[in-house]
Amino acid sequence: MLKLENIQAGYGNILAIKDVDIEINEGEIITLIGANGAGKSTTLMTISGVVPARSGRILFNGREIQKAEPDEIVRMGICQVPEGRHIFPQLTVKENLDMGAFLRNDTKEIRRDIEYVFSLFPILAERRGQDGGTLSGGEQQMLAMSRALMARPKLLLLDEPSMGLAPLVIRQIFEIIKQINAENNTTIFLVEQNANQALHIADRGYVIENGRIALSGSAEALLKNTEIQKAYLGI
Amino acid sequence: MDYFIELFCSGLTRGAIYALIALGYTMVYGIIGLINFAHGEIYMIGAFTSFIVATVLSIYGFPLLAIVVLAGLAAVVWSSAYGYTVEKIAYKPLRHAPRLSPLISAIGMSIFLQNYVLLAQTSDFLPFPTLIPEFAFMEPVAHIVGSTDIVILITTTIMMLILTVVIKGTKVGKAMRATSQDRTMAMLVGINVNRIISVTFIIGSALAAVGGLLIASHIGQINFFIGFLAGIKAFTAAVLGGIGSIPGAVLGGLVLGLTESFATGYVSSDYEDVFAFSLLVFILIFKPSGLLGKAETKKV
Ligand SMILES: Nc1ncnc2c1ncn2[C@@H]1O[C@H](COP(=O)(O)OP(=O)(O)OP(=O)(O)O)[C@@H](O)[C@H]1O
Ligand SMILES: [Mg+2]
Repeated sequence: MLKLENIQAGYGNILAIKDVDIEINEGEIITLIGANGAGKSTTLMTISGVVPARSGRILFNGREIQKAEPDEIVRMGICQVPEGRHIFPQLTVKENLDMGAFLRNDTKEIRRDIEYVFSLFPILAERRGQDGGTLSGGEQQMLAMSRALMARPKLLLLDEPSMGLAPLVIRQIFEIIKQINAENNTTIFLVEQNANQALHIADRGYVIENGRIALSGSAEALLKNTEIQKAYLGI
Repeated sequence: MDYFIELFCSGLTRGAIYALIALGYTMVYGIIGLINFAHGEIYMIGAFTSFIVATVLSIYGFPLLAIVVLAGLAAVVWSSAYGYTVEKIAYKPLRHAPRLSPLISAIGMSIFLQNYVLLAQTSDFLPFPTLIPEFAFMEPVAHIVGSTDIVILITTTIMMLILTVVIKGTKVGKAMRATSQDRTMAMLVGINVNRIISVTFIIGSALAAVGGLLIASHIGQINFFIGFLAGIKAFTAAVLGGIGSIPGAVLGGLVLGLTESFATGYVSSDYEDVFAFSLLVFILIFKPSGLLGKAETKKV
């Protein structure tokens, strides 16, 4: 479904990702793990077209998209929940969700999807008229994921959804990720520092070090890998 | 008491015009964080466009109402085209440059447009045709508040109501607010940010053009330099109200207009600018973000 071939990208003089090859098949949950500054967020921003790829190709269903604008990428069905959630602080919860559906015009279906995300996260229904900036961190993460779902993505990019959340909320978020994947056949590309939990819900995983893919394989294999256990699982 | 009301009304009128122009500054600042110094020139071009159209149409003997409407429309369209083009030429290529670069580009654009109009037209003051007649029904109160004041107040109120509906209620308005709050995220939900920026410039320019028409017919003369002072005053109003805040621009405009009017009326017209800018300094000391400006609060 999505294929990154020799992708390089960066900021100014910094080359943040040097040689990234990743392949994601439809319906999979794929995780990308790595230390701080390894280039995980840059990889997602390059897929979304926000950070331009300096070389290499990105193929989405066989089509080259590395030159496409961010809004075209969303239109194709790739949506991102960025690191730090990026809720529009002075838009209400409902307006944030409306923004998620920005490229859609099917009012009736949009209303149904709002009911759907409210069923996933009932707390958001209670907070619908409240400004996004006033929500708690966990609620903001729920809103950010719901907002991305409002676009009905084929491929959902999640950047550290568990960051800064309490263990109970983290478990809930991971459950919902599995549910979204199972119910809608939405393909998931999950960036995480929380390698243990990410590998437990993923089919396959990639490990990124200093802007390069250092290792990849099935989730079970990675969980058993002694290097990974030492570096990322704290075993 | 009559004198007080008279000053109050002329202050409101002045303030309404400042507000109309200040909206353009504040909306552009809200979206791309730039002080668009060429905005005063867009207003001046609006005044010139309506001047030319009104003069030509009155030669052909068009009825007054038709002249006002057509001159207004022409000014709105022409100024918007300028505002759109200025952004594309002078600011868009500098979108990722250091913050100072587009600011300098804006000052350059302002000087360029002034001199362009100076060369294309003239440096003399041109008499602006009377577009707003003295209404008969205003006769009893005419010594306190003129017909022009009423027309200006009603027009600006309508413009601001339309703007509020657009910003609060429409999809493009929501996208404008979203873009000003978090541009990267706006991209990630599929908003074409360049288009939203263009729309913002067009709306701001259209409001300034209406301001140009109104004030030119109020004062009765224009030249290429009128955008400078109007621009500075409107910018002051925007900062006073809290730059980036739309209600702030309106409040800032009205406060500034009233201050100037009372200062002129009770002290001396020599001191109107002194009072205006002292007020600005005073408010910024006690509330640096302006009257309605929000101090940045971001929760991660
Ligand atoms: N906007 C930017 N400008 C300049 N350098 C940047 C920018 N964003 C990231 N970088 C640099 O690029 C490199 C990769 O950053 P990136 O955010 O992709 O890492 P990450 O793997 O997501 O880290 P983390 O786990 O801390 O989020 C880092 O060295 C970082 O300093
Ligand atoms: Mg990151």
